Amino acid sequence: METGLALLIGVLVAAAVYLMLARNVMSFLFGLLLISNAANLAIFTSGRLTEGAPPLVPEGADAPVGIVANALPQALVLTAIVIGFGLFAFSLMLVFRAYAGLGTLNGDEMRVAEPKEDKA
Amino acid sequence: MGATSENPHQTGFLTAWVPVVLAAAIFAFFAGMIGDVSAGLAPEWSWAWLPGLDVALAFRVDGLALTFCLLISGIGTLIMLYASSYLNGHPEYGRFALYLFSFMLAMLGVVLADDIIALFVFWELTTITSYLLIGFNNAEAKARRNALQALFLTGAGALALLAGLILLASIAGSTRISEIVQVEGLTEHRWFTGTLILILLGAFTKSAQIPFHFWLPNAMAAPTPVSAFLHSATMVKAGVYLLARFHPAFADTSLWIWSLTLAGAATAVWASILALRQTDLKQALAYTTLMALGTLTLFLGQSDAYAMTGFITFLIVHSLYKAALFMVVGAIDHETGTREVAQLGGLGRLMPVTALAAALAALSMAGLPPLLGFIGKELLYAGALDAISAPVLVTAAALAANALMVAVAGIVALRPFWRGGVEALPKTPHEAPWQMLAGPVILAALGLIFGLAPSLLQDTLVAPTVAGLLGTPDMAKTLTLWHGVNLPLLLSGATLALGAAIYALHGSVRAFLITTLSRLPAFDNGWDVLINGLKRFAAALTAIIQTGDLRDYMRWTFLTLLVALVATGLLRNAFLWHFDLSDMSFAVAAILIITALAAVTATRATSRLMVVIAIGVVGVGVALIFITFGAPDVAITQLLVETLSVILVATVMLKLPRLYEGGTNPFRAGHALIAVALGGTMTLIMMGVVQGPLDLRLTEFFEQSAWVDAYGRNIVNVILVDFRALDTFGEIAVVAIAGIAAYALLRATSYHKKGEEK
Repeated sequence: METGLALLIGVLVAAAVYLMLARNVMSFLFGLLLISNAANLAIFTSGRLTEGAPPLVPEGADAPVGIVANALPQALVLTAIVIGFGLFAFSLMLVFRAYAGLGTLNGDEMRVAEPKEDKA
Repeated sequence: MGATSENPHQTGFLTAWVPVVLAAAIFAFFAGMIGDVSAGLAPEWSWAWLPGLDVALAFRVDGLALTFCLLISGIGTLIMLYASSYLNGHPEYGRFALYLFSFMLAMLGVVLADDIIALFVFWELTTITSYLLIGFNNAEAKARRNALQALFLTGAGALALLAGLILLASIAGSTRISEIVQVEGLTEHRWFTGTLILILLGAFTKSAQIPFHFWLPNAMAAPTPVSAFLHSATMVKAGVYLLARFHPAFADTSLWIWSLTLAGAATAVWASILALRQTDLKQALAYTTLMALGTLTLFLGQSDAYAMTGFITFLIVHSLYKAALFMVVGAIDHETGTREVAQLGGLGRLMPVTALAAALAALSMAGLPPLLGFIGKELLYAGALDAISAPVLVTAAALAANALMVAVAGIVALRPFWRGGVEALPKTPHEAPWQMLAGPVILAALGLIFGLAPSLLQDTLVAPTVAGLLGTPDMAKTLTLWHGVNLPLLLSGATLALGAAIYALHGSVRAFLITTLSRLPAFDNGWDVLINGLKRFAAALTAIIQTGDLRDYMRWTFLTLLVALVATGLLRNAFLWHFDLSDMSFAVAAILIITALAAVTATRATSRLMVVIAIGVVGVGVALIFITFGAPDVAITQLLVETLSVILVATVMLKLPRLYEGGTNPFRAGHALIAVALGGTMTLIMMGVVQGPLDLRLTEFFEQSAWVDAYGRNIVNVILVDFRALDTFGEIAVVAIAGIAAYALLRATSYHKKGEEK
């Protein structure tokens, strides 16, 4: 089971990196979304996988009964998802703003801070 | 004087006198300790500094430290007095006085520190204050360059020194110098050779030994009082001090003996030759300082009582006459407007007091009786003849250097005053103000007084210092003018004759030297080549790494990450192959495959809509994985966030152009290679991770406490809102800040557009 997840994480990272290397900064953002998902899955998988047993304490018991999924990575991933969304939303607005200001989404042409040196 | 007193920047009374009075008070304080130290005591003070690392701000006053303290604070007092007049009216005199005084305190710290870390800190403080002083005329490019050169060279040496000192402390098991030098078997340790080399690098760069000598003459870009103080009497002697400090521990190793003997001898002779070549009085003196540093190093390479007595005597002699001569040269420059040997002459009648001080200092420098310089030279010759390394080499080097010194003394201190028949000078000279005369006169007179009554020095400073250097008391040789007719006396005679001959011929000697030496590669030019090469290398590297192209930055980031991950994984043997799909159900396999396909589609699609859909499928796939493996809360959040993201992207995209120009998405093979390599590495890492041990203590704690302590049955929720509530609060704050910032960006955008429409 973990092997399958490890393979999926690899595919997601590869796709994300490929997109982040694209010329268009919008593609970069898609890559960011994918790599966040990959990271969340990695945290989740590190805590091992337990199928169909959410970490709940049944009525009348003081602790979970039987084997349940690892609660700790779930809590961490929850935080990570929300933070990742904050990052994505902000980056998206930044790209939008950059396009409004520069008129391009091409990363090669976004060179206000480091203008191309004259080769004359 | 008349001109300067009308200057609007007239130096204030307090600015001029406070440093002088403070320095004099410090001198008086140390002078009061002579009694204790000569009785063989070594007063100590210590404050805990970094008790955890066993580092203390420890000070210890023994003979060597006291000799240096008296020289530093005594000459310091006279220099402060001198500078208040030399730079009178300088708009930034306050800054200058602050630097100079800070330097003095730092230098006192170096010679007093008994803890290696404290020693290093003070050592670096002298480097920094020296940098500020050399570059004091910061409007001149030359001053800035020379200041940086001194900073780089001595700073690099200091780094080596720090490494050496730390190694030494770990070998000896103590950071106290007074304890380290007594540790048995220090020199047999397998790290000893490396340690000693590092310490020697620090000392040799500071004291400008060949091949690190070239920064010192360049440091003469500083105002003359600085040259007189730092680059003759004190700072450059910090390296010599360090060598003397560790002499008792290291002096019997052949590495010590030979490196000091060879570097010292080479520096002494080479510097004397270069001194003869100079036409600028200050430059000539700068090279004689190199010669003195070489001689001091040369004699620290020996362990004989004569060599040690000669060392400390010559140290005192040199500080006295060299500071005096620098101040004399400064006075000549100040009064005539030039320091060129060829232009100066006949100043003896116009500046009689200066001339007298110069003559006394020069006679001491040339080593003539009855001055202290004579005694110092005799002791050096006696020490050279008994040298443990190579008596002939040491004696020959000392003879050559001393003979050249006689000639330079004549050129610097006699010719400008007594030579006749000179053309008009830039300014008509008269005697310098008394503040500028006090220093040279007192220091030159001391050379005479100590020469006539050497017993004043014998028991007070020389005996305790020699005892410290050799580790046994009562070894110091007697300082006296008359030893009877012996080999040292004959050598003195030879020195004088040789020196006088060189002086007489120095015009043609100099011309010969200038033509010969200009054919040799100069170290100073080598420095420029090195620095320019470094700059070009940095520029080339920047051009490769920092292109200004965002994609290059991403590429370098990912490549660095890849190398770091792969290297660490291989070094730690962390890549554990694990392939087991037997426990996979059909449903899970389907989810995984669809998610992976969607991710690949996102990279290859040409239409924006297709990419957004593919990303959405990945998000939903991940949510399904969460729900399958017992994480319903995470899955719900993931779905919500994924939906929101897609809505946001879709909204923004309405206003943005197409993803791919011309509607094509060409395959980028190089990028794909990086991507697949990183993805594969991640898979390997995850395979290793899931095989490693799993620490479930925290999970078990939460499972046991969720209901009992926090009255919640959903453990994940309890963790988020109870056990890690503060963390969750922080997370909410982050999202809120991101939202506010995004809103601000949007507002600014619409405002900007309106502005454009106008």
